[in-house]
Amino acid sequence: MLDPYIESVLIFTGINVVLALSLYLPVSAGLLSLGQGGFMAIGAYTSGYLTAVAEWPFGIALFCGGLMAGLVGLIVGIPTLRIKGVYLIIMTMGFGEIVRVFFLNFEPTGAASGLGGIPTYTTLPVVWVVALLALFLCFQIDGSRIGRAIEAVREDELAAEVIGINLTRVKVSIFGLGAFVAGIGGSLFAHYATFIDPGQFSYARSAEIFMMVVLGGMGNFIGATAGAIVVTVLPELLRIGDAQQWRMTVFGALLVVIMIVRPWGLLGVRR
Amino acid sequence: MTSAETPILQTRNLTRRFGGYSAVSNVDLAVRKGTIHAVIGPNGAGKTTLFNLISGVLPPTAGQIIIDGIDVSGARPDSIARRGVVRTFQGVRLFPSMTALENVEVGRFSRTRGGFLAALARVPGLATPTEATTRRRAEELLERVGLSAQRDMLASELALADQRRLEVARALAVDPKLLLLDEPVAGMNPVEVHEAGELYKSLLKDGITILITEHHMSLVMAISDRISVMNYGCKISEGPPDVVRRDPEVLTAYLRTEAAA
Repeated sequence: MLDPYIESVLIFTGINVVLALSLYLPVSAGLLSLGQGGFMAIGAYTSGYLTAVAEWPFGIALFCGGLMAGLVGLIVGIPTLRIKGVYLIIMTMGFGEIVRVFFLNFEPTGAASGLGGIPTYTTLPVVWVVALLALFLCFQIDGSRIGRAIEAVREDELAAEVIGINLTRVKVSIFGLGAFVAGIGGSLFAHYATFIDPGQFSYARSAEIFMMVVLGGMGNFIGATAGAIVVTVLPELLRIGDAQQWRMTVFGALLVVIMIVRPWGLLGVRR
Repeated sequence: MTSAETPILQTRNLTRRFGGYSAVSNVDLAVRKGTIHAVIGPNGAGKTTLFNLISGVLPPTAGQIIIDGIDVSGARPDSIARRGVVRTFQGVRLFPSMTALENVEVGRFSRTRGGFLAALARVPGLATPTEATTRRRAEELLERVGLSAQRDMLASELALADQRRLEVARALAVDPKLLLLDEPVAGMNPVEVHEAGELYKSLLKDGITILITEHHMSLVMAISDRISVMNYGCKISEGPPDVVRRDPEVLTAYLRTEAAA
């Protein structure tokens, strides 16, 4: 049997890989989001409610969690046509806060006291099958026709438009797809934590996901994956030794060093 | 009028104002199929704004844009492109971190199919029939503009003249009926300008019509079938090269700006 502590680290690593890829997708089209925590919350609450209260099977609930987040993502994605760069970051941050405050007041899912009694369906194999599927999705998009169009939009929106690429479709759909994946990540989280409350999906969660992608390198999904692994595993490795109270300080310092040495990310491409 | 006589592009009273300033005012233009039509005029005459209007980059304040008999005024650039009107930019706009070949391949986007589901269904490592066709077409186009040797170079690493060639190849990948070239030979040496002119003329044989703005007068006079002259946002003259060349109003417009400069 696997040591429970190691198993939990591996499960969180898998969930974080899914979440990092959920941000990689919109980032690949040049859309930065600090609201993935919000989509994660929608997925977590939707699927958690479906299994804990409505007693739906996990597979369907998991998918519905993603779907609900994805649909909201499509709507939130519409302003991305006009809002760019740092302004988009602020907008998505605002969205994440709206979601958190919504669940803080939404009685059917427990409001401030949270939603408990969610069955533990998220096992190690489940997490990593989903993570591999998410990786496969990114890999397949990467060299495809639509993947090229996404890359073109990131590089030069106007040039992409005048050769016949519909910006609205590309941006809104990739934003929605990212939200779907974030919702799946949230569903996995809910069925591992078994208890969720709005505080778990705060702005700090979105920032953590953002950090994984930037740290790993924004240009490719392997970078995002590496970022997720580093951000999850590194603080745990730092538990080894005596100076436990300095663990997160050392972690923070290491992040600073990585960004100084490789500003384009661990596996990013220098441009 | 038979369809052969329908202009590929027509503008009626086309106007674009920025605040109180009219960059393009009441321009009527008719571009005949299978010709090279030039728009010339001093700097600030409104040529680039005109191109931005025709390509959908800017919506017109008033007037109409008619492509092949269909009113497309106010349409987005991507739908204009799908209708077969594709442009290049005065300051080249490529996808800098893609290779030359990839730049042309992405130009096939609107002429091929396949979204996210198609992407998922791909067999990893194996090109689909569409991808293989796209690749072949892109290679042909690179050869056409003389960039075969540079196919795997990043667009940002190409020399300026090659970047301009690549932009034309990418535009051709969209299967244009009308190609809009915005000062396409700026910064090229005389040999490169000559080659570019030959390339544009050769496109006519493929049924492509060209609308070009250019300051390089000897090129314009050599390749154009018809020239429209703009000044202060208005069309002040039009005709075949040897007529426009002698039009006193055209001479004054150019002389006045040269005297002012």
